[in-house]
Amino acid sequence: MSLLEIRDISKRFGSIEALAGVSFAVQAGEVVAVVGDNGAGKSTLMKVITGVYQPDAGEIRFRGEPITGLEPGAIRRRGIEMIYQDLALAPQQDVPSNIFLGREPVRRILGLFPVVDRRTIDREAHAMLQRLGARLPDIYAEVGTLSGGQQQSVAIARALTFDPKLVIMDEPTAALAVREVEHVLDLIRELRRQNIAVILISHRLTDVFAVSDRIVTLRQGRVISEERTAETDMQRIVAHIVGAA
Amino acid sequence: MAVTAVARRPLSTRLGFRLESLGVLLLLGVVMAWLSPYFLSVSNFLNILLATATIGVLGIGASFVIGAAGLDLSLGSVLGLAGVVGASLVVKLELPWFVGLLGCLGAGAAAGFVNGLLVTRARLPAFIVTLGMLGIARGLALVIADGKTIYGLDPTLVYIGQGRPFGIPFPVIVFVGVALFTHYLLAYTRFGRHTLAIGDNETAARAMGIHVERHKLALYTLSGLTAGIAGLLFMARVNAGDPTAGLTYELTAITAAIIGGTNLFGGRASILGTFIGALIMGVLQNGLNLLAVQSFYQQMAIGAVLIFAVWLDQTARRRREA
Repeated sequence: MSLLEIRDISKRFGSIEALAGVSFAVQAGEVVAVVGDNGAGKSTLMKVITGVYQPDAGEIRFRGEPITGLEPGAIRRRGIEMIYQDLALAPQQDVPSNIFLGREPVRRILGLFPVVDRRTIDREAHAMLQRLGARLPDIYAEVGTLSGGQQQSVAIARALTFDPKLVIMDEPTAALAVREVEHVLDLIRELRRQNIAVILISHRLTDVFAVSDRIVTLRQGRVISEERTAETDMQRIVAHIVGAA
Repeated sequence: MAVTAVARRPLSTRLGFRLESLGVLLLLGVVMAWLSPYFLSVSNFLNILLATATIGVLGIGASFVIGAAGLDLSLGSVLGLAGVVGASLVVKLELPWFVGLLGCLGAGAAAGFVNGLLVTRARLPAFIVTLGMLGIARGLALVIADGKTIYGLDPTLVYIGQGRPFGIPFPVIVFVGVALFTHYLLAYTRFGRHTLAIGDNETAARAMGIHVERHKLALYTLSGLTAGIAGLLFMARVNAGDPTAGLTYELTAITAAIIGGTNLFGGRASILGTFIGALIMGVLQNGLNLLAVQSFYQQMAIGAVLIFAVWLDQTARRRREA
């Protein structure tokens, strides 16, 4: 049984067919790169997986159970996390609030009034950032005041705090300096070592070839090719992307 | 790698509001005390709180909605509608006082609920929806009251507006109670954290599994409910259902929220801040009254304070971000 099975997913926006029957699977602990030109349907597909969009047709199964049509919170609880290209952070909230956004633990005062358990949030956010080796000047700073790389660390920490089985990364290296890119690639390898699957969406084929096990190419909402990284090369993938082969 | 201890939360985020507005309030108090010998007295403080109660409660509703990057321009009109509904139930239909009380709250919440439905289901801009409701609620209040003020409430209701248990005006008790509860709601519960997250980045909130539409519906209903409470206080204080009550109050309420540190574009709000913001305006008005300054100048002063408060806040932000 595959960890994630995508079967015949279609999605239209008005007259635009963003996804036209996409199928592929991801195994536990596997790094699958999804590549394709702008508008090929990569981001739409990911938003269908995470429940942000509902597909018009098709089915998605995760650990053998259908998850199609579930809302984003329910899909996160099942163990799928996504790191969005724009990071999806709340800029005026502090770092722990962002890491626990939507999943705040609650304790009761006098056994009656539920309050967000800030002490736990602060402690676990701190611990997760330490484990990632992220350097933040002040975890109580508004996230919007942090640098791009620091914000990326917050988004990554958020995705990893709840023991995900699958992490989707949308262009995680696009806005980073060289040294930070290496850091993200190491992180992906570390996830694979812990048997956590990764779907990596990237324009940077060097990154894709550096860390992925398989490469799925999308063009105009269709899967054009699906190859093992070890058995293909950059030229072939480029040809798939632009439609020359 | 060295494992460092978790730093302590700064005081302002533990309390859920920033300390600048408190500084402005204290400064204003010192100036007023220096200018007028009548300012520093318990009875004058209670007067200020009493004069601030109605606007303060409205400002709380405004803070929740604006904190989520919404807007409620219908607060003042809904206040008027709520008072007329409550007074009609008690005076015209001769129902018991608590039906009138529930009528005020229910009318407010219902108007807010309609606002929320239109914003979330019909996907109309909050500005348009609540501007429309500003007209509809006011018109409906005039229709129900037949354009006339409804006099002669039950004494129990009048007590809510004019009573003084232990010497403290009843509306002040309501105001402080509502402020404490809503402060807890906004600063300490998941509901409050999600409110600000929606105002900060709605797409992110949705992607993180927050039910944005359901949440907004609750927020507009809550805002309407505060207008209902304010309507009850107003009605009880003047012992009548006045269909023109609360005219332009929404602007004062929004001003109180903004002076208290609410970000007009969402993502940041605090009820203690709004409480202080409302008090700043109350102190200003009271002080200028004591100094016998014409009310036209008072309006100018409040406008100037609003601009000054936002300028202060923006400067502080720019310094932090630099």
